[in-house]
Amino acid sequence: MDIPYTSKPRPDTGLYNAKVGIWLFLASEVMLFGALFSSYILLRMGADKWPGGMLNIPIGTFNTAVLITSSITVLMAWVSLKMHNFAKFKLYMGITILCALGFVGIKSIEYKDKFTHYQVWLNDKDKTTYTGHIEGNPWFLSHNKMDAKKMDHIMFTSDAAHGAAAGGHGGHGAAMKIERKDIARLSAYVPAHSTYFAIYFTLTALHALHVIGGATVLAYFWGPGSAMWKTDPERFTNRIEVGGLFWHFVDLVWIFLFPVLYLL
Amino acid sequence: MADSHDVSKHIKLYVGVFLALLVGTVITVGMYYVHFSSLAMTIGVALLIASIKSFLVAGYFMHLTAEKKTIYVILGITVVFFIGMMGLCIWSLLDTPGPKGV
Repeated sequence: MDIPYTSKPRPDTGLYNAKVGIWLFLASEVMLFGALFSSYILLRMGADKWPGGMLNIPIGTFNTAVLITSSITVLMAWVSLKMHNFAKFKLYMGITILCALGFVGIKSIEYKDKFTHYQVWLNDKDKTTYTGHIEGNPWFLSHNKMDAKKMDHIMFTSDAAHGAAAGGHGGHGAAMKIERKDIARLSAYVPAHSTYFAIYFTLTALHALHVIGGATVLAYFWGPGSAMWKTDPERFTNRIEVGGLFWHFVDLVWIFLFPVLYLL
Repeated sequence: MADSHDVSKHIKLYVGVFLALLVGTVITVGMYYVHFSSLAMTIGVALLIASIKSFLVAGYFMHLTAEKKTIYVILGITVVFFIGMMGLCIWSLLDTPGPKGV
């Protein structure tokens, strides 16, 4: 027995079932991201200081453009099927998947930059802090890990010749030797670094998981799943529409994440 | 379900929305370099642009400007709960004495 209303609309809703299903799912997603955005507001309003300029705006802008481009290409993939042009569907969906891979790749580079970027707080009476890189570009090093590895010093290249400014991508000073005994705290730009990075990684990693999940489904439709076009073209077109709706939602979330995390 | 003729008519609209989204992104980034007098205004302008962009995506790419009533009902209920959640968040902020007197 066939599953009813996979292609034709139900008389009561006027929609095929998958479309009702995806909108119900997206409604739950609105609440999920809404809860995290409200957490962001509470954390930010409750903070004495909120760091700025911690993220690379040109890279974030480029990634926004990549995601917007993928949004129209997934739409054009659906339009192509509506116009019975399977070759164009393959082209547009292929571009969408490449954009998704590009987005995740660029995000990975941003993450790697954060995991190898450090802030060190010294024990001196001025409570001096420096931001910069450690020789050898280790990932996730901390004062506790220094103790575990019995490291007695680090060679630290500060973002600026001096200063306590958080973040920044300023000019690099000369490498300096910092003894372990002089370090009160050492942290990479990881969630444990600060409230800012905790909410930044929570929001962007959850979004990136959505990108990866969505791209996996779209890649299936582009590859083996596209065999359905020959057997049930209307249902396949509906699948692309549903996948596209999820993809647009992922784009929509990023439209808010970008200014909130990168610019404000 | 829209036929191929209906869909092809909308291609120019979709491309127009795409270009508007790109322009909106450029304006959003441009605003970063314009220093408003207050943080509230900076946040307000950035969120206004993001809201316009999200309306374009939801309205035209997701076809919400011309959808069935069932979807509007689903989203209407979502909006009620979303506003409720954000309202609770703002209420708790107003109810909490803090260093900023928020």
